[in-house]
Amino acid sequence: MNNKLLRPIYSVPYASWLILFVIAPILLILYYSFFDITGNFTLDNYLNFFTSTYFTLTISSFWYAFLITFFSLLFSYPTAYFLTKTKHKQLWLLLIIIPSWINLLLKTYAFIGLFGLYGPINAFFEVIGIGQKQLLFTDFSFVFVSVYIFIPFMILPIFNALDKLNPTLIDAARDLGASHWTTFTKVIWPLTINGVKSGIQVVFIPALSLFMITRLIAGNKVITLGTAIEQQFLVTQNWGMGSTIAVFLILFMFIIMLLTNASERGTTINGKIK
Amino acid sequence: MVKLNKLPKIYLAIVFLILYAPIFYLIYYSFNSGGGMSNFESFTLEHYAAVFEDKRLIIILINTVVVALLSALISTAIGVLGALAIMFTRNKSMRKAVLSLNNILIVSPDVIIGASFLILFTMIGIKLGFISVLISHIAFSIPIVVIMVLPKLQEMSPSLIDAAVDLGASKRDVLTRVIIPFIKPGIFAGFFLALTYSLDDFAVTFFVTGNGFSTLSVEIYSMARAGITLTINALSGLIFIITVALVIGYYAISRKTKSVLVGVRK
Repeated sequence: MNNKLLRPIYSVPYASWLILFVIAPILLILYYSFFDITGNFTLDNYLNFFTSTYFTLTISSFWYAFLITFFSLLFSYPTAYFLTKTKHKQLWLLLIIIPSWINLLLKTYAFIGLFGLYGPINAFFEVIGIGQKQLLFTDFSFVFVSVYIFIPFMILPIFNALDKLNPTLIDAARDLGASHWTTFTKVIWPLTINGVKSGIQVVFIPALSLFMITRLIAGNKVITLGTAIEQQFLVTQNWGMGSTIAVFLILFMFIIMLLTNASERGTTINGKIK
Repeated sequence: MVKLNKLPKIYLAIVFLILYAPIFYLIYYSFNSGGGMSNFESFTLEHYAAVFEDKRLIIILINTVVVALLSALISTAIGVLGALAIMFTRNKSMRKAVLSLNNILIVSPDVIIGASFLILFTMIGIKLGFISVLISHIAFSIPIVVIMVLPKLQEMSPSLIDAAVDLGASKRDVLTRVIIPFIKPGIFAGFFLALTYSLDDFAVTFFVTGNGFSTLSVEIYSMARAGITLTINALSGLIFIITVALVIGYYAISRKTKSVLVGVRK
């Protein structure tokens, strides 16, 4: 190919972007994590992270992210499976995706009304005799709304994996006498595990860092790593501590990516993650 | 293949119901003359009127659209160049390294992007406001465009370029007459995704916006923190209609370009 000469000119804007907006920000976060609130060099932030409430916060943040991912997977896998069996599956898939295009804030805001004391859920509870319950500002509502938000992103990669699955393999397993359950655990699940991994990746990492949903739906009952970072940066103005938490979040992100990076091809980019 | 029997159908119906219920719930109450999202009193369009009468809200709406269009355009241009650069990088490990760097911003949590950009802008002295928001949106949209364009480039047979060069095409011709038309669907998809990314973004914007500048998401956040106002509902009704129109438009365009492409291939 004769494009050698053109290459440097092509690359300049993109390369500058890589340096300025990918590499530099990570280095800046790392750099700031070594400074305290008055601007002195210190390792206290790291010491703080392991000794104070931040550590329990990290654990609880992981726990919530785990719950959110678990329930998303639990509801998404059958949905994706049944979708592949429908007649116009691409159309149905599109209908699953459309809600994910609606602004995140609006969907979250809807739940303030739905879960409110005089909202329809509580009205329903009243009718069936459970009585009014405080739903808003609980960890239940936080997990529910998060699962609601993330489900389309989990369904998409699993649907793609299931859709690629050769149905003759299932027939073969059945012919050889495998039960439904064995067919699922020995054939379907292993062959779609990459889709599941992609789904986990696009749900778990954002679930660690949600801060808007915690504020609007969970009151201040649930604090995730994301909430803590936002708090440190925008409220307390302690950029050093915020950066330290961010360093750990980046670290976790890389670990999760390593664990869930099944295939080299960018199959994870099936939809919007943010 | 096994046909769907009743139970899966009911399951799917429930999933669809749950996915759409909050959206239609919002829209339903946007017509409520009462003040809240319970007790539907009577039908009214006053909340829609309120959206259009609120000058501040209109300005924010325009801001949001301007930032989205500009950032999508610029990030598409840079992203296409980036995809070309990656494509023509011969060194395999180098290419892999650049691709993983590219993907960092896609998987990065929004708070990290927001916080790190806030540090960056403060360091290099960019005032928080329109410019900082625009630059951030360009920055986080570029990797998406690259991801959408790259597969199209890889699909392209290198002999196409060789043939064009053999027939006397200049490098510019190769780019504008051969490569760009071929990767057009990828470019459209990238542009569209960048647009929706920008329209949808809350967390990054929240970090890098100053006091004077706001986008729709940030505004809805502060309104929602203050409590329920049906103006937000009316707004969500409008946004829902626009979103659905955009999605339909996008599918129409992608269908069209595909068929054109097939026509060219024949």
